[in-house]
Amino acid sequence: MTQTLVAIGTRKGLWLAKSDDRSTWTLDGPHFLMREVPSISIDTRGDQPRMIVGFRSEHWGPTLQRSDDLGTSWDETPEVALQFPEDTGAAVERVWQITPDVHDDDVVWASTQPQALWRSEDRGETFSLVRGLWEHPHRPEWGAGFGGAAIHTILPDPADSKSMLVAMSTGGVYRTADGGDTWTANNKGIKAPYQPDPWPEFGQCVHKVARDSVNPARLYAQNHHGVYRSDDNGATWASIEEGLPTDFGFTVLTHPTKADTVWLIPVASDDERIPPGGQLQVQRSSDAGASWVTCSQGLPAPSYTCVLRDAAAADTHERAGIYFGTRNGEVYASADEGDSFALIAEQLPDVLCVRAAVLT
Amino acid sequence: MSDGVRIILPGVLRELTDGESELLVPVGGESTVLRTVLDAAVVTRPRLGARIRDETGALRRHVNVFIDGQDARPAGGLDAVVGPEAVVHILPSVAGG
Repeated sequence: MTQTLVAIGTRKGLWLAKSDDRSTWTLDGPHFLMREVPSISIDTRGDQPRMIVGFRSEHWGPTLQRSDDLGTSWDETPEVALQFPEDTGAAVERVWQITPDVHDDDVVWASTQPQALWRSEDRGETFSLVRGLWEHPHRPEWGAGFGGAAIHTILPDPADSKSMLVAMSTGGVYRTADGGDTWTANNKGIKAPYQPDPWPEFGQCVHKVARDSVNPARLYAQNHHGVYRSDDNGATWASIEEGLPTDFGFTVLTHPTKADTVWLIPVASDDERIPPGGQLQVQRSSDAGASWVTCSQGLPAPSYTCVLRDAAAADTHERAGIYFGTRNGEVYASADEGDSFALIAEQLPDVLCVRAAVLT
Repeated sequence: MSDGVRIILPGVLRELTDGESELLVPVGGESTVLRTVLDAAVVTRPRLGARIRDETGALRRHVNVFIDGQDARPAGGLDAVVGPEAVVHILPSVAGG
């Protein structure tokens, strides 16, 4: 019997939705009530799944908590899992992303606000700062989007253990080909209409990037205005927004096993952060962005909510499920790749992060 | 000679002190500064230290510290003088929503 787990991180705690059939769900929570949950990892490698959750208290700062029993108990590294070295003069404000590596089962990556990348070699118990990116000459010019100056995307490369891509708002996309020692800005083709020069080397406000599961050199980016695809691991990008209702949004997902299938959750515009036309919807492409289908069955209208960049996830069932949470505390699930949706949680605090996994 | 400085913790931090609501920090009967008192209090409790101050050593923005009832920030912050028998309250500020 497989179980699907959807972890829902909100402004005021963590909830866990579980289902044996993706039709009937039980909701467990809140865990750590009143702590913000901007990042969640469900690491299904190894003998037992490990959840690592980035919590943040407005008073007491950020912490990482681990659970090896799906939320029954939690553990925190006694010496503190993730802290800037003294010489940096920096302090972690928020852990934005926690990503298991795709080559080494002991390696977990994390990224933070301020913009920094971290590597753990003990499944997330302790992290070290990736100096190559922290000391990048562009760093003094990286900016802060409305959400904060953070790296929000970490994409290890299944084809090459030395290759990795990160993205930040603002700053854009950066890639290493040497295991993190050196990084190059990979924003060629991504427009920055909010800058005097709309085609800068870096400084783009990329909201989220996702990697194709079959062709790892193929990437999709939802930008602050603009939706793009790269077929060369981020070296160049081309617009795929034709056919979409808007070019704005925060999140992008790819299918766990099927090539060229990608989902976006569009937002009307920078000035109107509501669903296009007031219809909460998902846009799906099955041809790598050449065409788009509106998926809105089961989703409300009128709706004036918004879905944030990490508040959506896909599971790994063959017929993939997709899940997303809104800023007004609703969580929707689709067990049919977006053809239809059902509400699985409501009246939660605003949803910041959603992650899904299939447990066997 | 006094036993030292008493640090009174809010309930939410007591999970990091095995339930203890107070910590006693010996200071040798002499006045010192808040930084020294906090350093001594958390030396074996790094998670507690990280809740009160970030890794640069700065007091977290929404953590308030009172020394004998007086707000430590206008009194010098981490350099505020702490008497040998002082009572230090650590409290969350009024914040959030």
